Amino acid sequence: MSATPASGAPSAPEVLRAPLVVEFPFTRSVGPVQSAFLTGLRERTVLGVRTTGGRVLVPPVEYDPDTSEEIGELVEVGTAGTVTTWAWNPEPRRGQPLETPFAWVLVRLDGADTGLLHALDAPGPEAVRTGMRVRVRWAAERGGSITDIACFEPYADGDAGRGEGADPCRGEGADPCRDEVADARSDAGRAERRAEPVTPGAAERGTAAGPRPHSGAFDDPVTGVVAPARLDYTYTPGRAQTRFINALAGRRTTGERCPSCRKVYVPPRGACPTCGIATSEQVEVGPRGTVTTFCIVNIKAKNLDIDVPYVYAHIALDGADLPLHGRIAGIPYDRVRMGLRVEPVWTQGGRHPDHYRPTGEPDADYDTYRELL
Amino acid sequence: MRDVAIVAFSQTDHVRRSEEVSEVEMLMPVLHDVLERTGLRTGDIGFTCSGSCDYLAGRAFSFTMALDGVGAWPPIPESHVEMDGAWALYEAWVKLLTGEADTALVYAYGKSSPGSVRDVLTRQLDPYYLAPLWPDSVALAALQAQALIDAGETDEPALAAIAARSRTAAEGNPHAQLRGPRPQGGYVVRPLRTGDCPPVGDGAAAVVLAAGDRARELCPRPAWIRGMDHRVEPHALGVRDLTDSPSTRLAAERAGAFARPVDTAELHAPFTSQEVVLRKALRLGGSVTVNPSGGPLAANPVMAAGLIRVGEAAAAVHRGASDRALAHATSGPCLQQNLVAVLEGEPHVR
Repeated sequence: MSATPASGAPSAPEVLRAPLVVEFPFTRSVGPVQSAFLTGLRERTVLGVRTTGGRVLVPPVEYDPDTSEEIGELVEVGTAGTVTTWAWNPEPRRGQPLETPFAWVLVRLDGADTGLLHALDAPGPEAVRTGMRVRVRWAAERGGSITDIACFEPYADGDAGRGEGADPCRGEGADPCRDEVADARSDAGRAERRAEPVTPGAAERGTAAGPRPHSGAFDDPVTGVVAPARLDYTYTPGRAQTRFINALAGRRTTGERCPSCRKVYVPPRGACPTCGIATSEQVEVGPRGTVTTFCIVNIKAKNLDIDVPYVYAHIALDGADLPLHGRIAGIPYDRVRMGLRVEPVWTQGGRHPDHYRPTGEPDADYDTYRELL
Repeated sequence: MRDVAIVAFSQTDHVRRSEEVSEVEMLMPVLHDVLERTGLRTGDIGFTCSGSCDYLAGRAFSFTMALDGVGAWPPIPESHVEMDGAWALYEAWVKLLTGEADTALVYAYGKSSPGSVRDVLTRQLDPYYLAPLWPDSVALAALQAQALIDAGETDEPALAAIAARSRTAAEGNPHAQLRGPRPQGGYVVRPLRTGDCPPVGDGAAAVVLAAGDRARELCPRPAWIRGMDHRVEPHALGVRDLTDSPSTRLAAERAGAFARPVDTAELHAPFTSQEVVLRKALRLGGSVTVNPSGGPLAANPVMAAGLIRVGEAAAAVHRGASDRALAHATSGPCLQQNLVAVLEGEPHVR
């Protein structure tokens, strides 16, 4: 058996394509545990949450993944930890923590029982291994998000985090941990490190003594995150809509007729929603049509270059069995009515009708469009 | 509880890009094909359920456009999951078990070509701790692969052998996107090489379910669903043991997979390393034929690839190539959610 291939129709017209960018600043509120964790990051403190079973989860969640119990006992863990697994990323992608090749790592911070995902700045894959010691490199500017951790960096001292004063990385000037990897790093990476020098005695906290209780209370706690997201697509409309758009370029509006129920759909989408079969026969419709229903828009959309109030209507073009959407102008908004006869108005260079205006004909009889409501 | 079977399966040829067709145009031939196999018309179907993802298309409610392909007027009972179509099949199965319908049409489609699927899939991650870092799907699978290598459960040559076996098997699958062995290539995210990763592509699939005698009328050898279950792991990767998949094992247990051996397994393991995890979780021995279709390493239309595993397993039962088959579908990073179905054919009647 074989259904028709998803591609490869030799007669397909030239594919229309246009960039489509989906961009959205996702704004989310956070609960008490996430608020404490994210605020802690801003203050260069890493908090975890202890489950009733005694495990310390970092990053913390509000419900125990094993028992679904609500949990909230916060503890402070170390800012150094151990890599539990890693993956070398030779070609960083947009939005990832570092622009130069880096390792993705799961890091079990000292005092934690679970892994935190982040990036490790290392000169190459040969410098990374499971079990290696790493520590947090804080972002120079922090506002309460996971990116307040700029990345992790190798931490050569085997005694890291196991006691104050046993840490050679904390010395001023001589910094063996950094020199070890500095050569392969980008200028950007260096600048970042210069911007946020390690503060002696404050960088690697949390110890073999275990996680320390923490109230989770900070001044000016973070209450939400804004996560900007952008995805880039190339939009291609498919066969039916390509035919429709190409016809519009000649200021013709075309629908497509269902071979079974004979209805004409405008704009065509390639399928008859009643019969579930492909539409193929192209039919020129309009240009005139009838307003079947409408609404009056009173609130101006962002970036919209049309004064409110205006009328947005369903318009059944002559010969079509489905109304399309359009704006009505050339008549006061409060004079628009069901049955109003309209025609398209094209603007110079426009690829579709800018709006529809009254033709001056008598209104259409209700019975002529009642099936199209 | 009555018996429910898969009585027909159809899929597109899976291709890198299908720019000349819209989703519904890609889907419609598959819907027609699967209905033709049973002689059913759209109006005869008792319940319709689909799986797809708006983020692949970059448009909200994109699945409503696809509904034009199933004849949704007069109104039909219909549902949609923003997941792989295998979960739509689960919903349809439950609907038939309850007796609310005797037949169901399940379909799924995914066009990865309009965007970058590695970036798109980051948007399904936890928005507080993961999504802001944009860890892509290959990176997360690579973390799991390294954990397996560190645990001594596999190595790069073993992963390469999984890739080669899958794509060699796909030579017999006319719908597959990658057919025949190919070089392992360089690292995409180490330790995963190009050959360890699934192809990116577009495609669609559909199955028809029927209950009891209706199934026997529609198909000479129905693939009876003996059990189906799905389970989820904690969302946070750092909480899980990435070398194991307890959710798959539990789903298999609840689906009855361990009651008797299966002869065939269609596993939704988009990355070679994930097959290692699944074989262990499902206790698949050497006598089981794994992914004779080539599996997702040969064609991985996102949101349809899991339904295709169930469909391929059912088709093997239909044609008598399998008497008891296991199908697995996954969703989310590093095998986060897992569905297992057990399908059986009745003894051949001469």
